[in-house]
Amino acid sequence: MISMEQCDLLVVGAGPAGMAAATVAATLGVDTVLLDEQPGPGGQIYRSVTTTPVTNKRILGEDYWHGATLVEPLRQSGARYEPGATVWAVSQKTAADPSGFEVAYSVGGEARILQARQLLLATGAQERPVPVPGWTLPGVITAGAGQILLKSSGLVPSGRMVLAGCGPLLYLVAWQYLNAGARIDALLETTPSGRLAQAMPHAWGFLRSPYLAKGLRLMRAVKAGVRIARGVTALEARGDGQLDSVRYEAGGASHTLAADLLMLHQGVVPNVNLSRAMGMEHVWNERLDCWEPAVDAWGASSVPGAGIAGDGAGIAGALAAEHRGRLAALQVAHSLGRIDTARRDRGAAGPRQALARAVRGREFFDILYRAPKEFLRPAGDTIVCRCEEVTAGQVRETVKLGCTGPNQMKSFLRCGMGPCQGRFCGLTVSEIIADELGKHPREVGYYRLRFPTKPLTLGELASLPQTDESIGAVVRLKK
Amino acid sequence: MFKRLDEGTGEAGHATVQITVNDAVVACRQGDSVAAALFAQGISACRDTAVSQAPRGPFCMMGICYDCLVTIDGKPNQQACMTLARDGMAVRRQHGAREVPA
Repeated sequence: MISMEQCDLLVVGAGPAGMAAATVAATLGVDTVLLDEQPGPGGQIYRSVTTTPVTNKRILGEDYWHGATLVEPLRQSGARYEPGATVWAVSQKTAADPSGFEVAYSVGGEARILQARQLLLATGAQERPVPVPGWTLPGVITAGAGQILLKSSGLVPSGRMVLAGCGPLLYLVAWQYLNAGARIDALLETTPSGRLAQAMPHAWGFLRSPYLAKGLRLMRAVKAGVRIARGVTALEARGDGQLDSVRYEAGGASHTLAADLLMLHQGVVPNVNLSRAMGMEHVWNERLDCWEPAVDAWGASSVPGAGIAGDGAGIAGALAAEHRGRLAALQVAHSLGRIDTARRDRGAAGPRQALARAVRGREFFDILYRAPKEFLRPAGDTIVCRCEEVTAGQVRETVKLGCTGPNQMKSFLRCGMGPCQGRFCGLTVSEIIADELGKHPREVGYYRLRFPTKPLTLGELASLPQTDESIGAVVRLKK
Repeated sequence: MFKRLDEGTGEAGHATVQITVNDAVVACRQGDSVAAALFAQGISACRDTAVSQAPRGPFCMMGICYDCLVTIDGKPNQQACMTLARDGMAVRRQHGAREVPA
């Protein structure tokens, strides 16, 4: 068994940012460990890229297969990659030795501790919650979930299937399903009319984007192959214990579609649970309606020795993530004394240029696909917190009773206190409170997140290796 | 609900794994998560919630929503989307909160 107790750099997450960062760091002589929750490398965007049963490359498309080019260099870099590993706590080592981190993680239900001089979070994004009536019904999943089922198991929808929401991923999933010959009954597009006009001032960047032609081809194929309803509002999943239909309004009329499967999507947001629990400073992104950690051009956060790369530091896409990972790794190698400033800056020139190219045109997409207010600030009986089954109406009523923020809201309603730890209600609860108080979400703030950032059992905790010091701290009687 | 891509469209042959779901034998593929195996079998609900006993099923497929909790080999609160199906695995629907044995 390889010794996993100490390293120079711990990278959390083996998506594009994490793979690229670990590769560069290890290649520069930094003793690097890469921990990832999934059984194989790739993150969500390149999920199962080494094992997917979908071997016809035309189905998932060339952008997906680009992920495979990151895997081999990682394997040859000397970085110690451990799959199936969930990080659940990070602490600064000690007051006397503040340089470095003690990181607790679990593999197969057994907890371990790792000491790392530096830490790089590459924990990526998650889909934004889409709180609509009935979104907790079996048969309703996220579009990303549908795509994961395709990538990891070669599963495509059978029966009546509806895609609903907005964002590039929604169209990508539709395109991949069409390539696979799968059935899509309808795509319900929630982008409000007038958005294109708002986005147009930013079209110049988009027109120079290397992905323009590819994106247009994809959109054309989807428009030709799928029935699309535009300007959809009042989206609702219906059924008694199981999805049976989707109701929506469009063009001033109400429509109902029979459905066995509904896939929802309203874009992606940074996964902030680890970065917040570590106490990193976060800022509100006005255009993307979400929090993101404050980072510098090298991905360094407000916590010394801890950086973030990839979508976890702000949504910019898979290619950008890869380059941000490389930049962060160069900075780590520099701060550990492996390379001098000149070598760091020389190494950074390529990734910086590629990064600028990769994010060109994003403003256009961000504005065009910004989630409509009704999905950000739901009302009535719509469940907001899936774990504790708290509704939007309850949150609104509780604000009227005098509740001033999301942390107090936990005490009133338990929202955000279930196993998902606010991942699927945090943004919505902050938005609703802001709405009721007439404040900005920035003023309302977010849940205070604490370790463990993923639920764990007492048995798991008890399996942690004990030092003499920690045993001495709790054992009173000694022989 | 979901079906496997046909062989002809590019799915490589993968070894078969057998699990049981509420005592019924379910054939799935090496590399399937338990949640994927459930969907492939047409099962979209895998638990009843602790709060209102409402049926729920896998939602995010990436380990963050905790809606796919099931009992696996007698152990409750297991994430079906984060657990790979293994031969002989016994998966059961989870009713409400987990029970802690006395």
